Amino acid sequence: MSRIVVGPFNRVEGDLEVSLDIENGQVSSAQVNSPMFRGFERIMQGQSPMDALVYTPRICGICSVSQSVACAKALADLMKVDMPPNGELAINLLLANENMADLLTHFYLFFMPDFCRDVYADKPWFNEVNARFKATQGRAAQAMLPARAEFLHLMGIMAGKWPHTLSIQPGGSAKPIEPQERIRLLAIIGSFRRFLEEHLFGANLDEIVQLDSIAALNRWRDQADWRQSDFRTFLHISDDLGLAELGRGTNQFLSFGNYALQGEKLFKAGAYLHGERQALAPEMIREDLAYSWMQGPAEPQHPTEGVTEPSLDNPDAYTWCKAPRLNGHVVEVGAIARQFINGHPLIEALVAQRGANVESRIIARMLELAIVIPQMQEWVKQIDPKGDFCYRGALPKEGSGVGIVEAARGSLGHWLSVSGGKISHYQIIAPTTWNFSPRDQDATPGVLEQALEGAPVIAGEKEPVSVQHIVRSFDPCMVCTVH
Amino acid sequence: MFNLLWLQSAGCGGCSMSLLNAESPDLLSTLAAADINLLWHPSLSEETGSEAVAILQSILDGETRLDALCVEGSILRGPMGTGRFHMLGGTGKAMMEWVSELSEKAHYTIAVGSCAAYGGISAAGDNITDATGLQFEGEVSGGLLGETYVSQSGFKTINISGCPVHPNWVTETLMSLALGEHNHDAVDLFGRPRMYADQLVHHGCSRNEYYEYKASAEQPGDRGCMMENMGCLGTQAHADCNTRPWNGDGSCTKGGYACINCTAPEFEEPGHSFTQTPKIAGIPVGLPTDMPKAWFVALASLSKAATPERLRKNATSEKLIYPPTIHKRKN
Repeated sequence: MSRIVVGPFNRVEGDLEVSLDIENGQVSSAQVNSPMFRGFERIMQGQSPMDALVYTPRICGICSVSQSVACAKALADLMKVDMPPNGELAINLLLANENMADLLTHFYLFFMPDFCRDVYADKPWFNEVNARFKATQGRAAQAMLPARAEFLHLMGIMAGKWPHTLSIQPGGSAKPIEPQERIRLLAIIGSFRRFLEEHLFGANLDEIVQLDSIAALNRWRDQADWRQSDFRTFLHISDDLGLAELGRGTNQFLSFGNYALQGEKLFKAGAYLHGERQALAPEMIREDLAYSWMQGPAEPQHPTEGVTEPSLDNPDAYTWCKAPRLNGHVVEVGAIARQFINGHPLIEALVAQRGANVESRIIARMLELAIVIPQMQEWVKQIDPKGDFCYRGALPKEGSGVGIVEAARGSLGHWLSVSGGKISHYQIIAPTTWNFSPRDQDATPGVLEQALEGAPVIAGEKEPVSVQHIVRSFDPCMVCTVH
Repeated sequence: MFNLLWLQSAGCGGCSMSLLNAESPDLLSTLAAADINLLWHPSLSEETGSEAVAILQSILDGETRLDALCVEGSILRGPMGTGRFHMLGGTGKAMMEWVSELSEKAHYTIAVGSCAAYGGISAAGDNITDATGLQFEGEVSGGLLGETYVSQSGFKTINISGCPVHPNWVTETLMSLALGEHNHDAVDLFGRPRMYADQLVHHGCSRNEYYEYKASAEQPGDRGCMMENMGCLGTQAHADCNTRPWNGDGSCTKGGYACINCTAPEFEEPGHSFTQTPKIAGIPVGLPTDMPKAWFVALASLSKAATPERLRKNATSEKLIYPPTIHKRKN
């Protein structure tokens, strides 16, 4: 057996280190180390509750709006304030804008460049893929970056800027939309849709949304040459390299549900534990500190009780990340969990066949882009510039609140308490905290740690390429993880 | 060829994300056109693990010239001066040490964002991670590298502050460095490039008419000036956010919320709630930059008395109640 340590693991958001035990040409055991601690839960102590809206987006530069929305929902829960329909539409659009930009950024900048590595130089597809996706040089990024930047003009109109807005409020949005801005938003989203249809899919989004089985996906893929679109290119490479065989997770999923409008969510909430669909039960969440550089009660705590006391004294510890568990289970979060919980037939079929893996995680992201962009166009049309955008509420001196939301990378929760008019308690569980958690008190490894077991390692590889595909298939956000 | 190395220390990564919003031209085209060679960037480069470490090591060994070292995020010195709160993945060495060593080789050292410049949000509250900026700790010169540090070209750190930075603040600073045009007069007292820091956020604010008449917003979403009640520091904040908009046409004040002066050291702890203006005897404590207090008070009371009905009504409304009156030349 030999051990290798991979780091700094880049093209993830933030810093990451992965330790691998290698036996018989494959990973026998993995430890995931989040090598940085940030301390936001401590920064929040004693602050004015509304100031959480300034601090929490700054947990993360890539999931900034998601953090704002989770925080605003926790404050709304504390204040018992509602949102007008325009407010819900505005928040959905902001959240979707960030989430969709993130899915795109992940695919083009973080994930695809790995297929341009020298290890694939003898593949028949290499030259074309290399020209298109080579890190910092490929043609794809040159088209994608302007499209992404223009898509984020939605933030300029609706949130002042991205990242780190203060438009998102407990009662809606502080930025009312003027009639001319509403029209402009339609132009922005429509133009982004064209980019997706021309470059990413080579097909109308409606066609992608309707792919309801593996056979339908394969039929669609084979309707055109693999070079015809970036998604077809991915499917072609994935087929050749067997990416569906790589990085199988725990096959237990969690989604907080997303994009609420008048009591309904576009993607419903729920969990999938030992082969059964279950209603969402956030009260069953516990954070375990057994392998974290943290001090605290021996028993895992619910985030309303949990503490963040960094300490290097734990001899078993190997990461700053805590280990969240749902009813004791290791669960995967992200687009695949969201679409599985929401019952999209293609994702259900893919999970039934080979679980969550490198290929199915990417397909779920692409599918989500195809579902959400047309929805964004509908939401803009539903905005009534004459209506209210923000309801007001009063802050109680004492109380608590919970805000849960789906960021691009999965389930994000904020739990806060207020005492004497100041924040007395703030706990956050971010998506990658779920996916990249360490072992728990039963020594059960986290999702990525399990997904890495069995990954093939070519003799002499210092950074096994299979490991890179698996790690990046989760689209990790490490700065959120260690908030 | 101008070699650029970008490191992410303790921050949110938002300055890199903002940098990717660069337009006309986009980031990669801008760098290519300026002949700036990206040695390594954690979000953009292919190299990972030992490949990335080899790049850093070749700089330390003097084999690769380092023209510009960009550091994003604060430097964590804790716990107890060990830097263990951030060990650069795979290296067993604290980021604090990597940055110190690399800064000795850099021809220019650039702090990108308020965290790297002054500590920023990462240093808020009790600062249990002992976060600091590269050459400032808040307003105090020093930080990780110390007051006397100068890069190979003889300059202190260049502090492109902001939370996050505007993409053009970074691209234009890098281009001026690559052109060899940087000089000691190009930065202000806090090391900020004067290209953007000689402006105030107030310049070009779309709420200027409300400001003129002290017609003030009272709640998020109101159209009025946010200085009197909502904590807006645009009249004091050094940045060009309203003359060089964000994400197309945006800015904080256009987005319906106060400027929190995020380019300034110690903005993270204003000493009061960010979105409420502290007042003494009904008068905001922070006055517009360079405005004598007596004149401000006199002019404010005069302009309040003169506020047109249109502005008074619109100031506390989400919607435009009262459009400007149309004057016909002939009745």
